Amino acid sequence: MADKISPDRTLPDKTKLGVGLFLFSEAWFFLILLLTYMYFHSLPADGPGAANSLNVMHTLVFSVCLFLSSATIHLAAGSFRKGDRSRVNRWLALTVALGAIFLFGQVREYLGLFAHSVTISTNLFGSTFFTLTGFHGLHVLVGLVALMALLGIGMSGRLGDVKPSGFECVTIYWHFVDAVWVVIFTAVYVWPLIA
Amino acid sequence: MKEAAIPGALGDESFEQEAREGWLSWVASVDHKQLGIMYLLGAFIFFLVAGMLALLMRVQLAVPNNHFLSPQMYNQFFTMHGTTMIFLVVVPLLVGFATYMVPLMIGARDMAFPRLNALSFWVQIFGGVMLYFSFATSGVNGGAPAVGWFSYAPLSETAYSYGPGVNYWILGLLGIGVGTLTAGINLMATIIAMRAPGMSIRRLPLFVWMTLITGFLIVVVMPILNAGLVMLLADRLLNAHFFRAETGGSAVLWQHVFWAFGHPEVYIMVLPAFGIISEVIPVFSGKPIYGYEFVAASTLAIAFLSLTVWAHHMFAVGLGHAFDMFFAICSMAISVPTGIKIFNWTATMYQGRVRFTTAMLFAVSFLLMFTIGGLSGIAFAVVPIDWQLTDSYFVVAHFHYVLFGGTAFALFAGVYYWFPKITGRMLDERWGKVHFWLTFIGFNLTFMIQHVLGMLGMPRRVFTYPPLPGWEAMNLLSTVGAFVLAFAVLILMINVAISLRSGKIAGDNPWDAWTLEWATTSPPPVENFTHGVPPINGRRPLWDLAHPDRTDAMMMKLAG
Repeated sequence: MADKISPDRTLPDKTKLGVGLFLFSEAWFFLILLLTYMYFHSLPADGPGAANSLNVMHTLVFSVCLFLSSATIHLAAGSFRKGDRSRVNRWLALTVALGAIFLFGQVREYLGLFAHSVTISTNLFGSTFFTLTGFHGLHVLVGLVALMALLGIGMSGRLGDVKPSGFECVTIYWHFVDAVWVVIFTAVYVWPLIA
Repeated sequence: MKEAAIPGALGDESFEQEAREGWLSWVASVDHKQLGIMYLLGAFIFFLVAGMLALLMRVQLAVPNNHFLSPQMYNQFFTMHGTTMIFLVVVPLLVGFATYMVPLMIGARDMAFPRLNALSFWVQIFGGVMLYFSFATSGVNGGAPAVGWFSYAPLSETAYSYGPGVNYWILGLLGIGVGTLTAGINLMATIIAMRAPGMSIRRLPLFVWMTLITGFLIVVVMPILNAGLVMLLADRLLNAHFFRAETGGSAVLWQHVFWAFGHPEVYIMVLPAFGIISEVIPVFSGKPIYGYEFVAASTLAIAFLSLTVWAHHMFAVGLGHAFDMFFAICSMAISVPTGIKIFNWTATMYQGRVRFTTAMLFAVSFLLMFTIGGLSGIAFAVVPIDWQLTDSYFVVAHFHYVLFGGTAFALFAGVYYWFPKITGRMLDERWGKVHFWLTFIGFNLTFMIQHVLGMLGMPRRVFTYPPLPGWEAMNLLSTVGAFVLAFAVLILMINVAISLRSGKIAGDNPWDAWTLEWATTSPPPVENFTHGVPPINGRRPLWDLAHPDRTDAMMMKLAG
């Protein structure tokens, strides 16, 4: 045991650690839903499926909005660290807008599918597709609530009360939601194009 | 004594609670000690309930062709018994001990997230209430879930279970799952980020090490269960097709998802028990643990291997030889790091000054009982033996040797070991010895014979059986054993009641133990360490304090 007491040792920040562990567990949740989707997708099936029911180009446009929002939240976090409050608000507002556009796109896509009577109970594509993308959408919604809370605090000029680790946790969460969508988009929308 | 700063010390806003009196101080508490006690008490109440269900089942099985319980009741009872014991008794008891002890053992003021800690507890309790609410559903298809604790599809689908029982099971488990998951995150964050100065990762008490690794397993596998549960719920409520073979779904997929959670869950239930044993045996042997690094490292090996063995629950499915071989080999491999630990504990006792207190008696019999359960477990890793014995009473005997003879014995050891710290009074040793021997005899009487019953072909989960030669006597013996076991629990309750009122005052460190929880008063003050945490220069800070002339660090240097 060579280690000595070092009074200035640094322990990891508990808030970021906690959120990191939470997101690690979320990754396993999505992994199971994704594997389930991929398993059933690999089997031959009749009726509605990814290849004949999904509009890749439409979803790509909305997905780009979500990917861009990762950049804007990154810029918001940078401005927050520098203490540039007006920029924080601007970038946060843009992030919220981009996230909302993505959700709007998803709702539009769902309504379109419902109109063609593709629902969760139609077949295995419906079951796996709506469960996987639905839980992702739910996570985007939760992220939007957190972002809007930050924005509300920012607009009322009390951003100084927000702990740096708290702001960073929202950032990490949003990046996570974005990263999960990269994987889902690839598996659900791009895969049928390649196959 | 050099005073050290405590992470999360007074002034941290989480602790600015108004002084409250009486019940409210418990209900609104975010203190890890109060929550730890509530975890233990809540789990004990569920233990009594699930134990009653077990007794009713044993009464039903005492004689052949019995009509004490209806088949429907019997199915509900074994489902609720298993689900309760696993999710509402064993895990919360272990989490409860960890919640109480981990901050003390690492010299912290509280958990990393005290409010989340309260949330974990209450969500878990309400999940349990939700589960039991299923008994109140009425009608022909009403009642509790009757599909077994692993709820196999398609039996758990609406086509076969169209009452609401399984829905309650799913929702209750989701609640309990969220509680367990957040508790796991909280414990991990506490152990990583709240350690007192000097408490390096290589000086953590082994109970803390085991809790850390258990936390990791919880964080990985609870979401796997949750994913399975939401898919089953979608099948049942939204008419989805995940596990419904008639529309292209896969019932085997449920088995994969469930056991990918279910087998690591077994280790979630046993690793903290290893931790308790690793605290109790050294203290009552008067020697530091033999091979600290091996105990910690072999546990890491167990944690990773446990993620690769789940399909040994599925040998009877017919997954193919390559598949079966892979999981058979992994399942045998996992017994190696487990066996290492048995040697560690035995070597710790070797040439020690062993004090056979009640805690030590339970710990030593843990070694014996767990080894029996482990050996029958390795037998199951051999695929043909599994094919022969699967779903028989041999399985029931096996996992009760692991979970009762193993985990529950370790938990009893923990109760006798830590009761003085938690309450300030000693648990009576004479009543304790009675409790121990009744438990030991009752347990073996109940379950040893079930190995034989299983080998003779008695299937598990049957509500009655014909008077086949030998079955009658053996089942009756098992039932008698169950009542001895229940009587032992009664003795424990009497002991606790008497000792709380008139037990010997414990003092700070009644066992001459070495870890930090014994450095403070019994019970500890709200802020845990009134005079600061003692200096931590090794794995046994209190030994170093008591023997400044031969501290662990000095002896280590002497040994080279």
